[in-house]
Amino acid sequence: MGQDIAMETERTAVGTGLTGAHAERLSGLVTASRAQVDRDTGLALYRDMTLGRRFEDKCAEMYYRGKMFGFVHLYNGQEAVSTGVIGAMKRQHDWFCSTYRDHVHALSAGVPAREVMSELFGKETGCSKGRGGSMHLFSKEHHLLGGYAFIGEGIPVALGAAFTSRYKREALGEADSDSVTAAFFGDGTCNIGQFYECLNMAQLWKLPIIFVVENNKWAIGMDHNRATSDPEIWRKAASFGMAGEEVDGMDVLAVRAAAERAVARARAGEGPTLLECLTYRFRGHSLADPDELRAEEEKQFWAQRDPLKALERDLVSAGLVSSEDLRAIEKEIDAEVQDCVDFALSAPEPDSSELTRYIWAED
Amino acid sequence: MAGTLLFNALREAIDEEMALDPHVCVMGEDVGHYGGSYKVTKDLCEKYGELRVLDTPIAENSFTGMAVGAAMTGLRPIVEGMNMGFLLLAFNQISNNMGMLRYTSGGNYTIPTVVRGPGGVGRQLGAEHSQRLEAYFHAVPGIKIVACSTPTNAKGLMKAAIRDNNPVLFFEHVLLYNLTEELPEGDYICALDQADLVKEGTDVTILTYSRMRHHCLKAVEQLEADGISVELIDLISLKPFDMETIARSIRKTHKVIVVEECMKTGGIGAELIALITEQCFDELDARPVRLSSQDIPTPYNGNLENLTIIQPHQIVEAAQTIVREGL
Ligand SMILES: Cc1ncc(C[n+]2csc(CCOP(=O)(O)OP(=O)(O)O)c2C)c(N)n1
Ligand SMILES: [Mg+2]
Repeated sequence: MGQDIAMETERTAVGTGLTGAHAERLSGLVTASRAQVDRDTGLALYRDMTLGRRFEDKCAEMYYRGKMFGFVHLYNGQEAVSTGVIGAMKRQHDWFCSTYRDHVHALSAGVPAREVMSELFGKETGCSKGRGGSMHLFSKEHHLLGGYAFIGEGIPVALGAAFTSRYKREALGEADSDSVTAAFFGDGTCNIGQFYECLNMAQLWKLPIIFVVENNKWAIGMDHNRATSDPEIWRKAASFGMAGEEVDGMDVLAVRAAAERAVARARAGEGPTLLECLTYRFRGHSLADPDELRAEEEKQFWAQRDPLKALERDLVSAGLVSSEDLRAIEKEIDAEVQDCVDFALSAPEPDSSELTRYIWAED
Repeated sequence: MAGTLLFNALREAIDEEMALDPHVCVMGEDVGHYGGSYKVTKDLCEKYGELRVLDTPIAENSFTGMAVGAAMTGLRPIVEGMNMGFLLLAFNQISNNMGMLRYTSGGNYTIPTVVRGPGGVGRQLGAEHSQRLEAYFHAVPGIKIVACSTPTNAKGLMKAAIRDNNPVLFFEHVLLYNLTEELPEGDYICALDQADLVKEGTDVTILTYSRMRHHCLKAVEQLEADGISVELIDLISLKPFDMETIARSIRKTHKVIVVEECMKTGGIGAELIALITEQCFDELDARPVRLSSQDIPTPYNGNLENLTIIQPHQIVEAAQTIVREGL
């Protein structure tokens, strides 16, 4: 037995090369189809991804300047997933559920940057009134079910929102109830029981939910291939009779196309989809992570697939936009990000007389 | 009239509330076709359909979390723990999601849920099926905890719990399901935050809840015959405590005994006596007394099990001692 394990390890080491099995999977991936977008949609996707990227860069700056505290998990590199999926859904109609890595999901869902940044600063104007912090962003108005700091616990909550959607249609007779829920979580989270429990229930009851796995290869310092017997997460869908798909998570148009298929299935009452997006985070696990384990070659491989640069190439080569259009967007976003920081800096602290408010529904 | 069994009183409450409000639904293991492990949801699935009375797979943490998500998006789920002990698997959902989420969300969401089911020490069910989770969950912020003890309060409290906009942990006791009582006519509810003054008296206050109410009643009978006048209070609300009723009684009797079925360490009585000491110290003529279960896993053997939980004679002795000797 011990010998088998040793052999297995050796084979993996030999087979993966310098950039690792995750990169090999991406390289070998055949994209089923990519979304066709017009100029306006292309610009909107670029804008959303740029906001995500530059907002997070600003967070790093503010964290090191001592303006925000606690564990802060940035999303750099994974923008194509948030923008690709949420952009294919209806804001303030469909529901979104995130993890501790939630800033960019909140922004894509439409939560104003001012509300997100001031939450990170712990201010009263934050989307969670300064009570939640980086890992607990919530906005009922924008159908953000929340950022959940414990691995896997958001998945059942998302399932509940999908259940409500079906319940409203069938038990309450609301024929137009067709909201779909997207649950975002990582590769490491796919080894917790709630993931499997919820796949089962979702398929059993044909609930309108998309399980979006952001497989960035790492769970803090745990290499996905060291944690998971079959690293191809999307294949687990088949065990539940569920639709499963893998997609290039650095390609927003591919993600968007896959999300459109999943949303269409869910709205038609055909049930859930397990969508595995192969992606990578460009920064450490959190701003407190020294990031010592990931190989330079691996980082290089993924950096070359920067989803913003990829979208720029696509849009420009299709003749939909010019580079100047995109530079103009970046300028606008920089102004928006600066504005949200200024807003957050001058925003009021929560009133200390309200320390115990929001415990009970009546208060 | 024959009266109503406690489990049927609970069933009536759920049935009536489901009829009143289509957002009220039930989810859990065997709540539908089977009618619930103690028949609290019998025939409701037939009446309201499989979506409103949802048989779930055996996945406590996920179906409890699902109830949270459903509540956040507009439904009013009642989660049945087939046995309350199984909800140890849903500790995270009850604590982090039900209890804390409204606060961490800065008031974005409310979680109108009821988590109910059979708990307590039954008859030789073994340690794992004899849990008193009310003590384990006591520190969780943002949840109300109630324990019913009679068919009348079971129905009234269940209706109130379903109508409440906060998460409510609702404890039933396996050995009380077959109590019978004539219920009040018509639609009534019992306040979730009010203790029940079961019997007025002047010499000593006994505070108790759930099945121990009935042990206390037996003890009170003996004590009254013995010339000791007991004020018996059923706490009903284990969180928050109805300190007004409790303090009023202590101002009258100046002596207090807590009788509980949970274990002594970190129990309901531990918190209760701390509060009494803080708030009523000057009113006390004797040290408060705590009668709790032993700090051990509940043994299977019947004799050992009886030795583990408080028996009526121990209540009698404690009351005699505190009243006669001031100890
Ligand atoms: C229940 C629980 N256990 C452990 C942790 C600590 N933890 C935080 S993130 C993380 C890794 C998760 O990796 P993955 O699911 O791949 O998501 P990623 O961080 O890569 O986005 C761990 C172990 C936690 N938050 N919750
Ligand atoms: Mg990961």
